[in-house]
Amino acid sequence: MRRVVVTGIGVLSALGLNREQFFEGLCAGRSGIAPITAPDCDGLRFPNAAEVKGFGAQNYFEPKAADMLDRFAQFAVVAAREAVAQSGIEWTEERRESCAIVTGSCVGGQSTEDQGFWDLYKLGKPRMHPMSIPKTMANAGASAISLEFGITGPAFTISTACSSSAHAIGLAFQMVRSGMTEVAITGGSEAPFSFGCLKAWEALRVVSPTVCRPFSKDRDGMILGEGAAMLVIESLEHAQARGGKPLAEIAGFGMSSDAHHITQPSAEGAAKAMRLALKDAGVAPQQVGYVNAHGTGTTANDITETAALRLAFGEHANRLAISSTKSMHGHTLGAAGAIEAAATVLAVGSGILPPTIHFRERDPECDLDCIPNVAREVKVECAMSNSFAFGGLNAVLVLRRAV
Amino acid sequence: MNTEEITARILGIIAETQRKDPAQVTIDSTFEELGIDSMDGVNIVFALENEFDINVPDDEVKKLRSVREMVDGVIRLVEMKAAS
Repeated sequence: MRRVVVTGIGVLSALGLNREQFFEGLCAGRSGIAPITAPDCDGLRFPNAAEVKGFGAQNYFEPKAADMLDRFAQFAVVAAREAVAQSGIEWTEERRESCAIVTGSCVGGQSTEDQGFWDLYKLGKPRMHPMSIPKTMANAGASAISLEFGITGPAFTISTACSSSAHAIGLAFQMVRSGMTEVAITGGSEAPFSFGCLKAWEALRVVSPTVCRPFSKDRDGMILGEGAAMLVIESLEHAQARGGKPLAEIAGFGMSSDAHHITQPSAEGAAKAMRLALKDAGVAPQQVGYVNAHGTGTTANDITETAALRLAFGEHANRLAISSTKSMHGHTLGAAGAIEAAATVLAVGSGILPPTIHFRERDPECDLDCIPNVAREVKVECAMSNSFAFGGLNAVLVLRRAV
Repeated sequence: MNTEEITARILGIIAETQRKDPAQVTIDSTFEELGIDSMDGVNIVFALENEFDINVPDDEVKKLRSVREMVDGVIRLVEMKAAS
């Protein structure tokens, strides 16, 4: 089977407006969590979030183009531009015709929808904005990327809650590996900060009133985040033929569903996805040196994920370094899988493993090495990125250092 | 509204939200006996907040394990509201 490599990464996150700021923040153990600044979001039980700061649509789009896109779709385009620029790919007619675009989003442009419904229900306005539907649709990001580069190949969006963009990357990986296409732009974006969406999260009682402290005994929930990450992936031969530089190889992908509970995670379901990803990659547990954990910072996830890692890795779990970068960039829902896959590619490529910050106290039920608070220099051969969604849908990617 | 009335309404709300025969739900029932998991607990508290016009903090919800703890918690919040 063909090998698939990542040759470009673009990231917008609470740690900054580009890939360099993102990885510099991760290595420095910098927190992107701060008081919520989105308008009309006062009076929530949680004051903090991991918002993208200083993003002005006017810095990236002509005013009319910006008006056509919800914030989440703007994020998708900006991240795709950065990934494409790094890959150095030139858009020949053939590449435009065959390149795939696979994105993930959980809530789509729901802040656009929220605004329209507010006008309608609360202010009694008689009509919605005509762009409400095309701005709200979850595939708006994929469509905007296609328009941006004139790409006419297969393009679609996957929505599996917090696994959305991990599933998206996994599918794009399979499409390139099978020879269906040579190149794909894949990842995810999310911008969930509207009052209605935040109130819905508040009702679920899983959001921290303080910060995100994954695996720490005193953890008290997740922190919502926004952002995007896009990857340019291509077959190794295609990259080599055009002089593209592989940043890492996508070695395998595994997925499963828990059939257990709509919100409570299952160790067995998560472990199954990890085992399948390792098998798909042809990688033994001992070859994996780092896991970018799902690590939401909720009581249930972190205990269950620890148990799942022990099930999947056996004795090797004791020598495994894991971390949750959500402690820095928040839980970006449908963008999480892509942002964390980007973090994992950068970690494998640089030999610097990002930490789990805000860590204060060991939890006997989360007894793995979670790289507390300070990044670590370790060259690892392979790494894993875990994504587990509400609804029990699991997606796991295995990455290998480029040679 | 006295303690007995509040208790009766809470038992009724638990039975209603969990689609259970009201006879099954008593002040001495544990969540385990009633098959109530953490998500069910959050759903019941949502109904109780609406019924009694109170706000239950997240960390209180996480500690709940029985009907009696739920009743005691609601009575405390209702009394606090009346006193304020």
